[in-house]
Amino acid sequence: MQAEPLSMPESTLPPPILQVSGLHKWFGSLHVLRGIDFSVAAGERVAIIGGSGSGKSTFLRCLNFMEMPTAGRIALDGTPLGRAAAGRPDEVRYPEGELCQVRERVGMVFQQFNLFPHMTVLENAMEGLVTVKRMKKAEARERALRELDKVGLGGKTDVYPGRLSGGQQQRVAIARALAMEPEILLFDEPTSSLDPELVGEVLRVIRQLAEEGRTMLLVTHELGFAYHFATKVIFLADGVFHEVGTPDEVLKHPRQERTRAFLERFTEFSF
Amino acid sequence: MTYQWDFSPVLMRWPLLLDGLLNTVKIAAIAILFGVMVGLVLALLRLSPRRYLRLPAAVFVEFYRNTPPIVHFFWFFYALPVVLNISLDPLVAAVLALSTQSGAFYAEVFRGGIQSIERGQWEGARALGMSHTQLMRRIVLPQAATRMIAPFVERSFELIKTTALASTLAYGELLYQAMMVNSETFRPLEVYTAVALLYLVLLVSCSALARLAEARLVAYR
Repeated sequence: MQAEPLSMPESTLPPPILQVSGLHKWFGSLHVLRGIDFSVAAGERVAIIGGSGSGKSTFLRCLNFMEMPTAGRIALDGTPLGRAAAGRPDEVRYPEGELCQVRERVGMVFQQFNLFPHMTVLENAMEGLVTVKRMKKAEARERALRELDKVGLGGKTDVYPGRLSGGQQQRVAIARALAMEPEILLFDEPTSSLDPELVGEVLRVIRQLAEEGRTMLLVTHELGFAYHFATKVIFLADGVFHEVGTPDEVLKHPRQERTRAFLERFTEFSF
Repeated sequence: MTYQWDFSPVLMRWPLLLDGLLNTVKIAAIAILFGVMVGLVLALLRLSPRRYLRLPAAVFVEFYRNTPPIVHFFWFFYALPVVLNISLDPLVAAVLALSTQSGAFYAEVFRGGIQSIERGQWEGARALGMSHTQLMRRIVLPQAATRMIAPFVERSFELIKTTALASTLAYGELLYQAMMVNSETFRPLEVYTAVALLYLVLLVSCSALARLAEARLVAYR
């Protein structure tokens, strides 16, 4: 096995934590991601926008291997993950242990929260620490409580998720991910399944994390939030990065016709 | 003409029937225990990502689902001595037939319960860095267990009733004992009515117990 060097564009940012090269994803005969090169460095906040079916969620889900890339390599701290089969560089096998390690370091918050309904709020936030990190219960409890306080749910620790509103559930899910102290946090449309009046409380928590300087990737339809949140905005269309730049460049002064058309659909009703 | 019901000769021989009832409970309990173990192994094999584990388990399950139980009894009791020169005592043969057969059905109960857990739960657990074993033990199985109770009880009742086939191996469970009583009393209507009532009492008490257990298990909701 040979670890092939990954060619990445030069950057003034610190060395990338996560690097993606030549990423393709097929679902059967559907070519969803069509060759993506990307890297994220500590402190970066990336907002990924695009129409439905553009591949933006799939892209995010490939980064912590919720979806397996069909082709391409992903590297963590410069080390490519998985092992290519002999003579077939496109066929990469990923040992389970390696995937678990990546996922410990790259946390994820889902559109549907995915809290564990048979555990209380506190147990949800402790679960990863106790089961995966093998932390002592008392210590895990302390850290979980700290994160639940941070998302404003310190008073709901003994409640089961089924009793909470969508906004509260999503904040518990954020606390659960934060408790693992991930180096990167992925947010997959975290407010898309919430009632409009609950969106604000979740976005406020995410903004607070941004102020702390956490490294985050966010797939979203909340363009206004993306503008203030991100250091970099990516417009994904047809499985490729159609336009990449600062929020000002992409959201206010898009150069591509397609980006403009996409943004116009969102501004039609703003007043 | 009207039939003259007379239960007294049957009731006089109640120790024989009680013996049968106890043997039925015994054989059912042992077969459920082993059946659950066989079923768990088969279910995990069937859910494995590896084809060479999945396939034999699928063949096993399909074989038992598509052949009549009495054939399994005969096979273990009459065919094994001939084919492999292994002679089994009727109880052992019956337990083997019952637990392999019910194991195949339990496997489907367990598999169905596990697969009914939403994809989001698996993903939520994986995203925390859990291994397959950890997510099964901590997230999937505890939730699946509560959904398995009803079909599990259903299968176990089928198994308890299937124990009657052990009578064909001359094992002294309830039905066999009934045949003995019948040969002494020549009162088949009374004998088999009594047997039906005994099964009824047994199964109704079992289902009361099962409801109690279920209420305990889903208390968290």
